[in-house]
This record gives sequence, C-alpha cells and structure tokens, in this order.
Amino acid sequence: MNDLDSSTRAAIDAVIAGLARAGYISSRQIATAVFLAQHLQKPILVEGPAGVGKTELAKATAAFLGLPLIRMQCYEGLDEAKALYEWKYAKQLLYTQILKDKLGEELNGVKSLAAAVKRLHGAGDIFFSEQFLEPRPLLRALQQPCGAVLLVDEVDKSDQEFEAFLLEILSDYQVTVPEIGTIRARVPPFVVLTSNNARDLGDALKRRCLHLHIGFPDPKLEQRIIEVKVPGISETLRRQIVALIQQLRREDLRKLPSVSETIDWARVLLLLHAEHLEAAMVRDTLNVLLKFEGDVSAVESKLPAFTDQARRAAGETV
Amino acid sequence: MSGAEARPPDAAAAPAAQALTPPTSSGPLSAPLLHFFQALRDAGLRVSVAESIDAFAAVAVTGFSERDALKDALGLVLAKTLAEKEAFARCFDLFFARDALAALAREATPPSAGGRVEDGSALAEMLLAGDSAALVVAMEKAANSAGISEIGFFTQANIYGRRILDAMGLEALDREIEALHRQGAPEAAARADRLDAQRRRLGEAVRDFVRRQLALHAAGKTRAMREDFLSKAKLTNLDRSDFQRMHGLARVLAKRLASKHARIRRRTRRGQLDLRRTLRQNMATDGMLFRTAWKRQKIERPKVTAICDVSGSMASVARFLLLFLYSMHEVMAGLRAFAFSDRLVEVSDLLEHNDIEPAIAAILREVGFGSSDYGRSLEDFERSGLWLLDHQTSVIIMGDGRGNYSNPRTDILEAISKRSKRVIWLNPEPQSLWGSGDSDMLRYRPYCHYAGVCNSLRHLERAMTDLLEG
Repeated sequence: MNDLDSSTRAAIDAVIAGLARAGYISSRQIATAVFLAQHLQKPILVEGPAGVGKTELAKATAAFLGLPLIRMQCYEGLDEAKALYEWKYAKQLLYTQILKDKLGEELNGVKSLAAAVKRLHGAGDIFFSEQFLEPRPLLRALQQPCGAVLLVDEVDKSDQEFEAFLLEILSDYQVTVPEIGTIRARVPPFVVLTSNNARDLGDALKRRCLHLHIGFPDPKLEQRIIEVKVPGISETLRRQIVALIQQLRREDLRKLPSVSETIDWARVLLLLHAEHLEAAMVRDTLNVLLKFEGDVSAVESKLPAFTDQARRAAGETV
Repeated sequence: MSGAEARPPDAAAAPAAQALTPPTSSGPLSAPLLHFFQALRDAGLRVSVAESIDAFAAVAVTGFSERDALKDALGLVLAKTLAEKEAFARCFDLFFARDALAALAREATPPSAGGRVEDGSALAEMLLAGDSAALVVAMEKAANSAGISEIGFFTQANIYGRRILDAMGLEALDREIEALHRQGAPEAAARADRLDAQRRRLGEAVRDFVRRQLALHAAGKTRAMREDFLSKAKLTNLDRSDFQRMHGLARVLAKRLASKHARIRRRTRRGQLDLRRTLRQNMATDGMLFRTAWKRQKIERPKVTAICDVSGSMASVARFLLLFLYSMHEVMAGLRAFAFSDRLVEVSDLLEHNDIEPAIAAILREVGFGSSDYGRSLEDFERSGLWLLDHQTSVIIMGDGRGNYSNPRTDILEAISKRSKRVIWLNPEPQSLWGSGDSDMLRYRPYCHYAGVCNSLRHLERAMTDLLEG
C-alpha cells in the first residue's frame, strides 16, 4: 500500500513537472485529474470562468504526453457531418462515372439480369467504404495510430442532440457509421471537454467524465504562472500585480479579470518598463483587465487605495 | 465508516491499512466507501452506480493513505457541479476526520505497565494499549451494526452513542472495572483508574463520532423530508416561513421545465440549396438531381405568456403563483408576465429588475387584493397583450375564474385561444367548485386546451410537464 501511495505522489508530481515543461503551471488538483484520466481512460470535463486556462490545459497535456492535439470547436448547429465524418461526394461521383464505363466489361458474357446482379455483388461494395470517408475531428482522433489528445472546446455551446451523440464516443471510444459499421479507437484518445456553463450539461455526459473545476488560482500559483509566462518581469512587480488582481476579484464586477488578463496586463506593464504599480498607470491600463465600461467606472475611484494596498501586501513600504 | 485507511501512514493505523490491500470493490474497502456515498447522497449529491464504480477505480489508482490525492480524486469522480464540489469537500472532511481517538492513543500507557487480568476484555486491552487503529475499526463495526447511517434527528444521538458503546463491549468493560475495584490490590486499583479515564475518553470519542455522523446524514434527511412535504402541501396551507425554501423548489422546477422544453425547433429557410446534402441524396440516381435538400435554420424557443390573478379571492395562493412566475422568468428568456385583479398590468419589467421579495411586494401593491374583474382584465389584455401572441406562444392563466358576477368576456379568451398555440388554465380550486357561485370557470373552459386543478407544487409540475410536452 505504501509503495502504491508513494508512487501515486511521484506520478502526480511528474504530471505537474511535465505540464510545467509544456508551459502550464498546474495546481495539484489539476494534475490529479490528468493523472486519473490517464489511468482510468476517462474524459475530463473542465469547467470554470473564461480565461483560467481550460483550453490551455489540453494543449499542455498534448505537449506533455507527446501526442497530437485534435481540436473541435463546438458551436450551435454543429452536426455529425462536421464533427465526425462526411462522404467524399465528388470522389463518389467520379467513381460512379468510372463504374458506368467499366460496367460493360464487368458484365461481359452475363446473360440474365439475376446473374448480373450476382456478379455485381461479388465485386464488393466499395461505394460506402473507408476510402470515401472524410474523417472529421472526432473520427480522426479515433484513427490516430498512437492516440491523441482530443479537445472538445466549449461543449456547452453545442446542441443537446450533439451532446447525446458524443456519449458513444466518450464512453466506448467508438463511433458507428451506418453504412460501414462500428469504428473503434486503436488507442483511446485522451479527451478534454471544456464548458463555460452557458447551459447545464446533461447528467449522462457528466456521469461519463471526471469533473474538474478550475477556479481563479491562489496568489502563489498565479505568481508562478506570471513567472513562467512573462519571464522578464521583476519579482516585486509580479507580487504587486497579483495582489491587485486578487483585490479586483473580490469586487462585484460583471466580468472578473482572469488569468489570461493577468498575463496580458503583466506583458503591458513590462512593455511600459514599470518598476512598481502606480495609481495613474493602473488607471491607464485598466482596460486590459476589465472588459466592460461599467466595471471600469465602478473601480476607478478605488484604484489609489487598491494600488497602495497591493504595494503594501507585496512587502513594499509606501 | 472508514477512517483507519484515511490516516496518514505515520499514524498507528498503518497495519490496518495494509491488511486492506488490494483495494477491490468486493474487498473490505468497499464498506467505508459505500458509507461515504450514502453520506454524499444525504448531502444532496447524486451519486449514481456508474460513478461509484468510477470512485472505486480511482481509489484503486490513488490509494488511501494520501489524503489530499484521495480527496481530489474522489472529488473529480463524484462531484459534478461547483455546488456539489463544496458539499463534497464538507462531507469529506467530516467523514474522514479522526481526531478524537488520537487523544486516546496519547493518554494510553504501555501495556506492560500494570496488573494484567487474565480475562481482561478485548475492549479493555485496546484501551490500555491505546491502539487507536483497532479502536477505530471496532467503533466502525459497532456503528454499522447500530445502523448509524439511518440517524436522522438530533434527539437520536444519545441512543446511537449508547448502542455503539454496547456493541463495542462496554458492559464487559464495566464489569472488569468493578472487579478490579473489588480486588483492592494497589496494582489492580491503578489499572481500574486508568481504565476509568480511558473509558471516559472513549465515551467522548463516540459522542463526537455520532455528532459527526449526524451532521453527515441528518441534514439531508430532514431537508428531503421537508421538501417532499412542501411539494405536496397545498399552497393555501403554507406559511411565510416556507417561502424561501419554496422559492428554491419552484426554481428547480421551473429550470427543469425550461431546459426540458427548450428544444430548438428547425425551420426550412427558403431559397438556399444545401449542396452537399443534395448531392448525397441523389447518389442513387447517378448524380442526377431529382431531390433537393434545403439549408435549415434554427429558430427561437417556444414563447410563454403568463397571466396571474392576484385578487382578494386568490390572496392565499397569489404569492406562491407569483413565486413560480418569478422562477419561470428567471429561467425562461422572453417570458411576458401579466398580473391582474380588477385591471391588468404587465409585470415583466418588475420581475426583471427586482429581487424576488420586492418584486412580489411591488406587484401585489400595484394590482393585488382588489376584487377581481376578469372581463375588464381580459379587455386590458386584448389591448396590451394580444399582439404578443402568435402560433408559438403558450398562454398560461393562473386564477380561480371568479369574476364577481361581472361580464366574463369569454369572446376575448376565444380570441386568445385562436391566436396562440395553446391556453393553459391552472385553477387552485378543486374541480367540484368550478361553476359554483360567481365562478365562470366552466364558461372559460371550452376555450382552454387544458384546464386543471393546481394547488401544490407537484400539481404545478405535473400540469406544466403534460402541457409543454404535448
């Protein structure tokens, strides 16, 4: 038991390190999810506010596992033909032409109609065969010889019908093409679904997935994320940025600044050669953090106080 | 209950944990996990069989002694919304807490010191040895045989505590202590004193354990009972204190209805050929285009217009109907809501911009508790609301149909019925009273696609489901 446990811990640490190499700083919980998904061969459903790195997780996992990333963006109206497979119509049309030309040769010497039909049957039904199948992301993910990371992005934007249709793929890693039969995955892909909670997903889908909720990171983690993503920035500024962002997230805003906004802002401040936060500079660059006019005007008056607090929290004497 | 397994490896529980490998679903580990699922269900999580199988698989991968990994792993598998994640964390901490018994282990003296009694009971030995792992196991066993997960009320705590102690062999322990006291020898007396002290601590540990179990299991049970009662209770019999809870229920109901019926309908958009589908459909005819396929476009969800009677005769149920109206408005975009007693006003804006209590108060202030005049209110609706209706709109009327002998204006209802997809009339009165006194219900009924009794949430749900499905 102890061996098993220490190996668990080591394995999770290895996942954290691997994701970090791919440029993704993960919490233990995220790493546990990736680790479990690998071992249980289950999809991960990632939920959380926009911009906390849900899509990024899939990309980093692909880099970490050394597998190709196959991405499928969901939207209202997405259907099987765009997600799974499509027949190559033009090719099929050509094939009928060729078939017509060859038909005479093929049926040479056949007397009755029944015999002709029999011979045609013998020629095999290649009209609906994998040759004429145009794989779309889902099918492509199943066909990869060494497996793949399949990212089903913003699954909440798709229709309920599509969600139901995903179930077969997610639980058995196979799809059924009526004309051909069932196609199984050679190596089950590592599936990541992301959702912004635009609508509630069905229970059936949730039941088949590991459910990972990524919230806003704690200050320590966020500092490390900035450290990795925006290398040239000084430690004091990094601390001040994170302290200020964490304060903003406590405000009652329409759209709270997310990790992606933090990174953008850090880049902006780096470009401006900022040494530390100043109220005027924060006000000028606020539109990087807050995306609604109402939010900006709501916090504008509090900015000097926030800036002071952030500097104090970062250990600087003001 | 589990626990010995959840302790960190440095604790005394290590031998017990080792005895439990390999973790399989049929192995001894299944009991604690199954009890944990029960606790989660009581806390309101839906743990399906498939998910519990996943949980076993996850535990088989992570093992038990790494508490954080265990918590993360189980949380990933079992809790599927943010609210569930919070409930899960609370449950996990309660369930896998084992602090009370650690005190026992600390206080215990080494077994070698002190007069041994040949027929010392197993419990006494464990207590003196401070073998907390064995004690935990014994307590869990005793708790299970006492049926601890059935505990539902605070008042049962003492009974369950007593049952657990009995099952652990308290009686034998008491006899032993008494016997030691009678012996009178200083060694025996010392042993008796130690046993006494440990017995007290055991009592505390068990009480603590039972309290935790109560927190785990009881909250869910009482809540489930209360909600069941509320959903069946007549709206007229409910009092204000139930309002908050009712809001929650009504909201869940409205949400369920909305998501179930928010199916997107399709309509053919004229004039645009879908080339791929057309080619495909005509494969069989050698590419000759016999059949055409057209591009389709999605259109909006079904529309609902609700009209609610808030007059004096409806006073007792108006609040709850408005509550349902409010919940419906929260989950259905584009709901138009009207309220009336002697005249009719649109209240969609009030619902939109206010919290529930102020919204309802404002509506009642505006038009509430008057003497109802269905004729005039229907005229008002004809003027202000009839244009809203089209063949996709469902009209829901909630009222008793008692118009104080005014002109019922059934012709307007007929017009409404013709223009809309369907008219649903929900009446809080029992059917036997329809048409009695000033009730015009029987005169309105021919123009309704459905007219039904509705005086509890359950009625409401049934009526709405029947209708929206049809």
